[in-house]
Amino acid sequence: MTQSTLVTTSTHQRGGMKKAGVLVGLVLGALFAGFPVIWMALSSFKSNREIFESPPRIITDSFSLDSYITILTDPVKVRFFVNSYVIGLAVTVLTLVVAIFAAYAFSRYEFPFKRVLNVVVISVQAVPPITLLIPYFGLMVTLGLYNTYPGLILTYMVFTLPYAIIMLTGYFNTLPRELDEAVKVDGAGPITALWRILVPLSVPGLVSVGLYTFMIAWNEFLFALTLTRTQDMRTVPIGIQLLMGQHSYEWNEMMAMSVLGCIPILVLFLFFQRYFIGGMTAGAVKI
Amino acid sequence: MSKISTLPPAMLNPPAGPPVRRRRRGLQRRATPYLYLLPTIALMIMLMVVPIIMVSGYSVMDNVITNQNPQPVGLANYVEVLTDPVFRTAVGNTIYFTGVSVVAHLVLGLVFALLLNSPLVGGRTKALFRLVYVLPWLFTVAIIAVLWRLLLNPNGVVNYLLQAAGVIDANVEWLANPDTALHAVTFINIWAGYPFFMISLLAGLQGIPKELYEAARVDGASIVQQFRHVTLPQLKPIIISMALLDFIWTTQQFALIWMTTGGGPINVTEMLSTFTYKLAFSRYEFSLASASAVIILLMSMILAYFYVRHQKARD
Repeated sequence: MTQSTLVTTSTHQRGGMKKAGVLVGLVLGALFAGFPVIWMALSSFKSNREIFESPPRIITDSFSLDSYITILTDPVKVRFFVNSYVIGLAVTVLTLVVAIFAAYAFSRYEFPFKRVLNVVVISVQAVPPITLLIPYFGLMVTLGLYNTYPGLILTYMVFTLPYAIIMLTGYFNTLPRELDEAVKVDGAGPITALWRILVPLSVPGLVSVGLYTFMIAWNEFLFALTLTRTQDMRTVPIGIQLLMGQHSYEWNEMMAMSVLGCIPILVLFLFFQRYFIGGMTAGAVKI
Repeated sequence: MSKISTLPPAMLNPPAGPPVRRRRRGLQRRATPYLYLLPTIALMIMLMVVPIIMVSGYSVMDNVITNQNPQPVGLANYVEVLTDPVFRTAVGNTIYFTGVSVVAHLVLGLVFALLLNSPLVGGRTKALFRLVYVLPWLFTVAIIAVLWRLLLNPNGVVNYLLQAAGVIDANVEWLANPDTALHAVTFINIWAGYPFFMISLLAGLQGIPKELYEAARVDGASIVQQFRHVTLPQLKPIIISMALLDFIWTTQQFALIWMTTGGGPINVTEMLSTFTYKLAFSRYEFSLASASAVIILLMSMILAYFYVRHQKARD
């Protein structure tokens, strides 16, 4: 054996060791991230009695879909999901429409106070929800929006709009102005330029922003808790809390409801992973 | 904001017609951007500016909403909030909860991003692991709260596993024990929040030019030296942005605390958000709650100032 082969085998071994190290790290990380989620899913198939049995079993004798059936046949609980979908979709559509116009102004026009407005839009994102909560309570009652869909929808837009405007302005800025000027030469107005040229070219950005917006609305807790009163207006996060507040804990039903509650986001993520990640990183990598 | 220069509009659209019409068109042109911004500005005035003025007003009156004729009391509410020992506890808890969370998010996010960026593992394997790693981020806080209440239950699986491993002798009520509750909620928040860092740092790692590492290797830099002198400096702007954003958001965390411990036991997990919420909606002390809310707003605005300044510096 020559010296050179000796060297290559040892570096080869070291490479293998390194690869094994990386894989061990990846598996440990996956356990940390994934075990709680798997345990949630497994618990939703157990009977409530078996959830805390010792030693814990992965699959118990009573494996069934009962807790899912209980939830999906209870009109009160189904209503939580309907409310969350209606509000989430409305917030997404309205945020996109309003943000498209605002981003168009920021991207294509020079006007007094533009820089000030721009800084306001960025810093508004840091206003703590708890600060707004106390005046909102009175404001929503005065406006007749307490315990209504529009009340929650408008509230959520305050938190989704700034991000949407920043993202879309950045997106429009990457599209050359000559595109919309060309349409205007043909006699079309700026609105036509916006909807016929800029919007179709910005679909990936719109998808990212839309997903992020839907997620914020789907997850929101504090305002849903405070600005709604009756059961027929509650959303999924509050519904889960209501299950917890009852005298006895129906753990299997809570877990089933949690699984059902995370399915929309999970499905959206699986289908639009690239857009999700694009939307997430754009904010931090560059504004 | 926009860096793309264009021809002056007049050159593309030569003005026709008498000067009066031109002037009206000029006004219209100047008003156009404000028209586009009108829905945004209206919403922000109604649901951001007005409420902030209202809450500031409440904070200098004696008890509003419950009182028919509130009288101005100056800064008395601020004095009462700032000297309240529970408020001080809440500040301390919020700083611990936020500080530990942000550091742990950063460290875990960076470690996972480095693992997922390793050239030693195949693309499919990486995609699968990335999906698993991002899972906590896809869950609503309400779900995260009930999930961890299940796991950390005295008879739950975490206690079982830790006992089996010999780490603890008896079941611990992680969220109800005053010695462990704050660490437990912080741990839950760490689990829930690292993917946000991980994804951004992964994108940042993939954006570092390969030549930098090659040059470092030519100079004889070890893996650790490459990490210190190439990777970290390249990621620094992303790390600062993410840390500031995470700091702002974590200080505002409400739902997780509310649904796991409610601020208890005996205030050991009381945060500024839960403290303020309870003042308003459990004790109906709306003026004190407003003073507390304004203090939180001021602290957030200081953080936001650094964030905006950092972003501007990067542009």
